[in-house]
This record gives sequence, C-alpha cells and structure tokens, in this order.
Amino acid sequence: MDQLINWIVQPWPWYVAGPLIGLTVPALLIFGNKSFGISSSLRHMCAACVPANIPFFHYDWKKELWNLMFVLGIAIGGFIATAFLANPDSMVIAEATQQDLAALGITQYDGLLPSQIFSWENLFTAKGLVFFVLGGFMVGFGTRYAGGCTSGHAIMGLSNLQWPSLVATIFFMLGGFVMTHLLMPFIMQWVGF
Amino acid sequence: MNLIKKKNISAAPCDAPNAQHTAENFSSLLKYLILGVLFGIVFVKAEIISWYRIQEMFRLQSFHMYGVIGSAILTGMISLQLIKRLSIRSMQGEKIVLKDKEFRKGQIYGGFIFGLGWAITGACPGPLYAQIGSGYTVVLVTLLSAVAGTWVYGRWSHRLPN
Repeated sequence: MDQLINWIVQPWPWYVAGPLIGLTVPALLIFGNKSFGISSSLRHMCAACVPANIPFFHYDWKKELWNLMFVLGIAIGGFIATAFLANPDSMVIAEATQQDLAALGITQYDGLLPSQIFSWENLFTAKGLVFFVLGGFMVGFGTRYAGGCTSGHAIMGLSNLQWPSLVATIFFMLGGFVMTHLLMPFIMQWVGF
Repeated sequence: MNLIKKKNISAAPCDAPNAQHTAENFSSLLKYLILGVLFGIVFVKAEIISWYRIQEMFRLQSFHMYGVIGSAILTGMISLQLIKRLSIRSMQGEKIVLKDKEFRKGQIYGGFIFGLGWAITGACPGPLYAQIGSGYTVVLVTLLSAVAGTWVYGRWSHRLPN
C-alpha cells in the first residue's frame, strides 16, 4: 500500500500518462458516441451565456452539457491531484530550460507554474495583460478559428487519421516555436522581467 | 430569428460532435464528470499542465511532452481501429460515428494564433481547467479571456478568411 502511494505521488512518466489520455478517445465514444474535444466547452459557454443573436452560437448547447461536465471534472481532478496526491519534491526542470528561462528573468521554480508570472498581483500589470488576457484570448480565438485544440485536432483528429488535423497540429507547434524563440525575449523585456 | 436558428441547428455544432441520439439525463451525464476527474488527475500527475513543461517542449529540451502526445495519439489510433474492425457499439447500442474533418484555412491561421497563446499561457484549453483546480485561481482570468476570444471569433467569423 505504501509503495502504491509512493508511486502515485511521484510525477508520472510520459508512457503512463500518454496512453491514459489516449484512452479517453474510445471511452467517450463508447460512453455515448462523443468525439473528444475540449475547446468546444468555451463555445458552449458563449452559447449558454452570451449568444447575442450570433448565428455561430445558436445551436442546442444543452445537448453538449456532457462537455461542460467533462471540463468541470478536469478542474475537480486538478484539485484532487494537488490536494491529496501532490509530489512532495519540487519539479525537475531540464537544466537547459532553467538556463534559458533565467536569461529571460524567470528564476523561481516553486510549483507547476511560475509564481513570478501567475499571481493575482500581476493582474493589472503588463505581465497580466500579456500572459492572462492576451494569452487567453489567443488560445480561445485560435482554437475556435482552427476548429479544435490539442485534444480535438492533435489527439482525436490524428488518431482518426484526419489530414486537416495534421495541418492544424503543425501550425499549433509552429506558433509555439515562434512565440518561444522569436517573440518571448521582447515580450519578457517589455513586461518588465 | 427563426431563420437563424433553423440554419444553424443543422450546422455541425463543434469540433467535438455528439452523435448520440438517445437523450441523457443528469445521472447519465455523471459519467463524463468522473472521466473528467480522472483526466484532470493525469494532467496534474504527469505535470503536463505545467508552464515549464511547455517551455521545455518548445525549446526541444525534454522529450516528456512529445512522449505524452505521441503515445496518446498511438493509443487513440489503435482504439479507433479496434472500434471500427470489431464494430464496437456505444453503451446505448448505437453505431459509433466518426466525422471527417474538413480542411479550412482557419486550421492554418487559427492554429498559428493558438500556438502563440499556448506558449505564453503554458496551457491549451484542457489544462486551463486543471490549473484552476490546482489552485492557480488567477488562470480564471485566462479562461474568461479564452471565452471572450471564442466569442469574438463567433461574432466576426464571417469576415475572416476561411
């Protein structure tokens, strides 16, 4: 029993996590003929709360309640894993990444997200504007424009051998590389790191 | 108003289509909540909701994220092949429906914009929820902003190249 608990509280390797995430695809199909995708939850929230007569938000969102239950579950799962199964040691981050981030001004590694960026104090500063407001906007706008996110395109779409999903996934990665290597140094300087 | 409604109910509602015919009540919806809980636990325990892991991935300094995404796709692919070849049905006895994705220019432009956001927030939509649950409550702002981004797309999508 102790061994099991020790194993669970450790960070899980990719070959455990990846297959478990992949199994969500058949699980949702068998549970109720549902295709895996998470960014649609954002659209359902728009449809439920602020449809504003926009055709894009006029559909039977109640039929998609399962998707909102699923993302609520993800938040609860996040809470359970952090409150009861947390890794007692600090996270191991690649040496090279630590050096790169230190050069950008990120010097604290005290959790899953850097507290130097992700704190309420930063909300009304340039950091908050870029990392929460602009970042979140691009995630929401981009996934909807692309018709899906990493779950809908990269996992569900590629599992089902859909070439449009391959195109989307390539551009997800390309956007990430451009931000990380070309834009981030300027942004970090601009927001005051 | 009526016309708008009619036109769009027939349109595919989302990237995660729900092909089930049988109606679902609250207790039937609970299974998606439980699946979400398990999913959220995996997200946190494998640290894929971590901003640092996303940085490692885009800097090509760790195999972890590539391993997670790659093995998830492989597992999904094998599962879908089994479902197709064995004609496995859903729990309600319905034939499992897999819709083909259509190519649109949005997958290029939108995909790129999402990638930019992914690298600075350190999260795709799924991890956003897990980050909030993990106690990073300020990510609620990111989530609200993502909802706003979705709304803006819906409002002006007809003017965008697609």
